Amino acid sequence: MKTLVEVQNLKKNYGDKQAVKSISFKINENEILGLLGPNGSGKTTTIGMMLGLLKPTSGEILIEGDKIEEDRIKILQKINFISPYIELPKKLTVKQNLIVFGKLYKIKNLNNRIDYLTSKLRLSDILNRITGELSSGQKNRASLAKSLINDPKVLLLDEPTASLDPEIGDFIRSFLEDYKKEKKISILLASHNMNEVTRLCKSILMMKDGIIVDSGSPADLIEKHGRKNLEEVFLKLSRKPNEHN
Amino acid sequence: MYGLFLRHFYLITRSFPRILDLIYWPSIQITLWGFISNFFASHTTYYNNAVGVILTCAILYDFLFRTSIGFNMLFLEEIWSRNFTNLFIAPMKISEILTSLIFTALVRALIGLIPAVLLTSPLFGISILELGIYLFFLFLSLYIFGITLGILVSAGLLRFGPSFENIAWSTMFLLAPFGCIYYPIEILPEIFQKIAYMLPLVYIFEEARNILINNTVDISNLIEAYLLNMVYIIISITLFFYSFNKAREKGTLINIGE
Repeated sequence: MKTLVEVQNLKKNYGDKQAVKSISFKINENEILGLLGPNGSGKTTTIGMMLGLLKPTSGEILIEGDKIEEDRIKILQKINFISPYIELPKKLTVKQNLIVFGKLYKIKNLNNRIDYLTSKLRLSDILNRITGELSSGQKNRASLAKSLINDPKVLLLDEPTASLDPEIGDFIRSFLEDYKKEKKISILLASHNMNEVTRLCKSILMMKDGIIVDSGSPADLIEKHGRKNLEEVFLKLSRKPNEHN
Repeated sequence: MYGLFLRHFYLITRSFPRILDLIYWPSIQITLWGFISNFFASHTTYYNNAVGVILTCAILYDFLFRTSIGFNMLFLEEIWSRNFTNLFIAPMKISEILTSLIFTALVRALIGLIPAVLLTSPLFGISILELGIYLFFLFLSLYIFGITLGILVSAGLLRFGPSFENIAWSTMFLLAPFGCIYYPIEILPEIFQKIAYMLPLVYIFEEARNILINNTVDISNLIEAYLLNMVYIIISITLFFYSFNKAREKGTLINIGE
């Protein structure tokens, strides 16, 4: 299977503080990799470096063989990101936002792309509504449409279903599963929702204090740590002192 | 670049209060200075032969102010709307972001300027167009300096985050006394004159007054202003790129929009 993302010995220091301490991992095409860890474990820093928002202290990130530090614009053309901490401009309609981002990503046949995402993400009824006036579920779907506007090969998701009701959350998860299969994209999913991670991810990285403390499939990790579910594994690993410290 | 312009164009055209805000302040400013200049014209000898001097300078200064604040506003809008991260993960070069914001700031400033200029004629019987072709060069010089200040403040926002916001509002007020907008440079104490001569504003406003009062043109003032503008805009762009790289090192880019 083709590897789309390769992270090699990635480190990030803020002065004396080591936020990420030499981590390495790969994501294949048509794969969702879960990135778990307590707050401050280095997940956001890792995602920030993959998006080119942060400069790694050392190590490399390759997307389809291109290095983010050398081909930033080329890589940004084929990745995208969604997080509850960033929003679309509130005063613009959903359609205007999609047009703006479509132009920023220089999308050809933008109307077709917007039509496709509108139908897939059930946006027809809200397309001409002001983004700031939407419910959180509607905003989430609009943001997801923005994150797919460039038909990305790699999608980085930070808590994509946070604060959503179960029905919308389930819709988003089903959509992501289907979209990944259809487009064979790679997805990195950072989430604190263990049921979501168990359902979507074939493999998981557990981070703590800037290092990967364990990895494997959800089933393997549950069995290895002798726990009933992924949440218990998460709690065990989060509370256990690091051997590296 | 067009996409980023479109983002702000939609924002302006969607909201009548925003358009009103762009027009309102320059018009109020011009009306106010129009009456003040009428008063000075009838009570001083310096402005006896050029009723429109203060008013013209007010319009020029307002254009500078709008350009600089307009550029900062475009940047701050992205921070306030938590869209900052979306912008910086789009495949745009920093030079493209800058170019787009520079152009959009011009459009914003012109929306405010045109009604203000149109007001001066019926209200005060003065046309800023009396400056002739040199008006274009004066405006262009002010536009470059306004953009320069905007880029400098945006570099600060990138480097230090939203806490730098207050500086964005105060820059123009800080520079105004040294710009000799409404008075000749001789009014300033000697030490302030030295500072003022390091700014292109002095040369621009001195020249505007020179044209209106003496009906002569001193090209050297314009050249001096443009040379200083070139120096400052190169410094500001360099600083912007430096701040962007520093922000990537320090993590400001990832925190600024949250």
